[in-house]
Amino acid sequence: MYKLNVSRRTLLKGGALGALGLASGVLPGRMALADDKLTIGIIYVGSRQDYGYNQAHAVAAAALKAIPGVNVTEQENVPETIAVSKAMESMIELDGATLVFPTSFGYYPFMVDEAKKYGDIQFRHCGGLWTDKDPKNAGSYYAYLDQGHYVNGVAAGLSTKSNKIGFVAAKPIGTVLLNINSFALGLKKTNPNAAVQVIFTGDWSLPVREAEATNALVDAGCDVITCHVDSPKVVIQTAESRGALTCGHNASQAELAPKGFITGAEYKWVTLYKKFAGIIQSGGTLPNFERGGYDLDYVQNTPYGAGATDAAKKAGDEAKAFITAKNAIFVGPLKDNTGKEVIPAGTSHAPYDPWTEQTNFLIEGVQGSIT
Amino acid sequence: MTVTSDTKVAVLPEVAGGDWTRRLGRSAEAILIPAFAIVASALIFSIFLLLLNQSPVEFFSLLWRGGFGTSFSWQNSLVRASPLIFTGLCVAVPARLGMVIIGGEGALVLGGFVAATIAIPFIGWGSPFVVMPLMAAAAIATGAVWIGFVGVLRHYRGVNETIASLLLYYIAVAIMNFFVEGVLRDPSDPNKPSTPQIGDANMVGNIPGIDVHWGLVAGIVLAIAIWLLMNRTKFGFAARITGGNVRAARAQGLPVGRLIVTSCAIAGACAGFAGYFEVAAIQGRANASLAAGYGFTGILVAFLAKQNPLAVIPVSIFLGGIAAAGGLVERRMGLPDATVQVLQGLMFVVLLVSDTLYGRFAIFRGKAGSR
Repeated sequence: MYKLNVSRRTLLKGGALGALGLASGVLPGRMALADDKLTIGIIYVGSRQDYGYNQAHAVAAAALKAIPGVNVTEQENVPETIAVSKAMESMIELDGATLVFPTSFGYYPFMVDEAKKYGDIQFRHCGGLWTDKDPKNAGSYYAYLDQGHYVNGVAAGLSTKSNKIGFVAAKPIGTVLLNINSFALGLKKTNPNAAVQVIFTGDWSLPVREAEATNALVDAGCDVITCHVDSPKVVIQTAESRGALTCGHNASQAELAPKGFITGAEYKWVTLYKKFAGIIQSGGTLPNFERGGYDLDYVQNTPYGAGATDAAKKAGDEAKAFITAKNAIFVGPLKDNTGKEVIPAGTSHAPYDPWTEQTNFLIEGVQGSIT
Repeated sequence: MTVTSDTKVAVLPEVAGGDWTRRLGRSAEAILIPAFAIVASALIFSIFLLLLNQSPVEFFSLLWRGGFGTSFSWQNSLVRASPLIFTGLCVAVPARLGMVIIGGEGALVLGGFVAATIAIPFIGWGSPFVVMPLMAAAAIATGAVWIGFVGVLRHYRGVNETIASLLLYYIAVAIMNFFVEGVLRDPSDPNKPSTPQIGDANMVGNIPGIDVHWGLVAGIVLAIAIWLLMNRTKFGFAARITGGNVRAARAQGLPVGRLIVTSCAIAGACAGFAGYFEVAAIQGRANASLAAGYGFTGILVAFLAKQNPLAVIPVSIFLGGIAAAGGLVERRMGLPDATVQVLQGLMFVVLLVSDTLYGRFAIFRGKAGSR
């Protein structure tokens, strides 16, 4: 028969450890974040260090943390399922967040449900989906990254030697097509002989296909590569290793391409985030629908890299000033690449014109198909 | 040879009191050894945390708080546990027959997809009393066919069921993407290919009083039903014999092929049912977010539960709690979200190793000693 032999010493040791374990669970520790601070919750669909979409938001979040009286709680790699609903709720219930930024496009329906549930918490979604029918404590914010792509195109036009530019794009939807068209118009302005070739990979983040597309474009003679994918890291690195010049997107990829980087279209969310934090701290109401470009400092250009010629830099700065003054780049007559006229003569569409958000074509001169 | 009352038959010596102590010992083993595995993995994980300069005490207290510490945390854990019960059953049922099927994720995705698709012609006008059972039946049938096919391949062609089910998962996701991005795509959502929303009327609601949908109850009822099936019916008995010794089962005349295929079909039906709830209670439509990894976590659930359908319930809640707390831990300690997955992986490995501990301890062997 087995007998349990526990000496008094062992019992005391075990009891002490057990009590310690219990006590540590009961101790307050770092449980609640300070009450008097504004707690902002930010949710990312991918990694904060993706050199792309999520990093652009993370950089702004880091700047927010430096503001006195502001707490930032972040969660990354949250899929577009109930996980994000619960993440938002967890931030509100357990962290005391009163302003939540679900940054991925696919988070929108989940955010609307949460906004209906938590009427006194402010939710702002990165995209353009908010309408009057949605809860008033929710809203959308967006930045006109296409303006940055126009400047990319201008600079690329004066940096390319082969006059062939490759564009690796995710899907043929409005925002992506707008970026491609803006890039192409900038390119045309400084180099009417150059052409853009587009390859669509099919989804926001497909590293293998992005690498293949980049290689295919370089093999076809493109000496400048740019892209619209969630994380341009793969495209930029592949292009750099093939000796091509590059233009960036979303965040700064300058350090990934020390020899060939020209410039990049970068979000500058820090301006918007600080603005929103300031509004809440002073007791004001957040706007439900906020958009802006260079004029509101929501978009910036990555500082010019080694791939940009002096002429490119000068033209790029001029182009930036041109757009900041709200001049139109979409000026008629303009045809798409199937020959159909998309802007009649005499019409033009300036920044903030909703027409630009309905893009469903590629302008003439761009090789690629949206179907 | 005819048997009469004079016939000498071998009589096995009666072992006094051997039965119940052995059974008690075995039940104690079945609970204590997995519990030991969990504690051991927690200790190893604590070492890992200390190497990262993080406090294990803080980690586990946050894990507790985020998983079970507040009523919000409890509801969060239960919601995440709900799909795990179904996918855990999907692995546990065939495991009783000695088959390791890991493709429950594919059955879940395809089941959810078919459920969302079959609702399309009824959106807006169909009565929920017709549409909802129809969706559930479609999802269950699809899952049953999908994993049942794995059983067919295994029995009639000798294909390894683990590999077959895994490869079928990739095929299932590809099929869903093909239709969701093509013919069945809802045109009103340009950025995320999905089937149309099934409408609020057709959504599964919450259990009154808590923020958890009825899928949890369905899962618990199903787990109990399957336990009864495997342990209290002829079918379950025959299945377990097949699992114990196929040749003996065949020698007895048991329909091994039918048992294998039927068990696989039941498993697939469970996973398909999970897919139905993912669509009807969470997403409202089918898209790439259906493949959230519940099927693969179900493998861990089943193994932790020692393939016992009843044990799948508490294990699912336990793992749901870890997943629910993962976000809080990530936000407060600045750890990457993969940390919780490291813990889960560690638990799985330690659990598999702990399998060697069965039958080694005299304390569990009961009065009969080494019998």
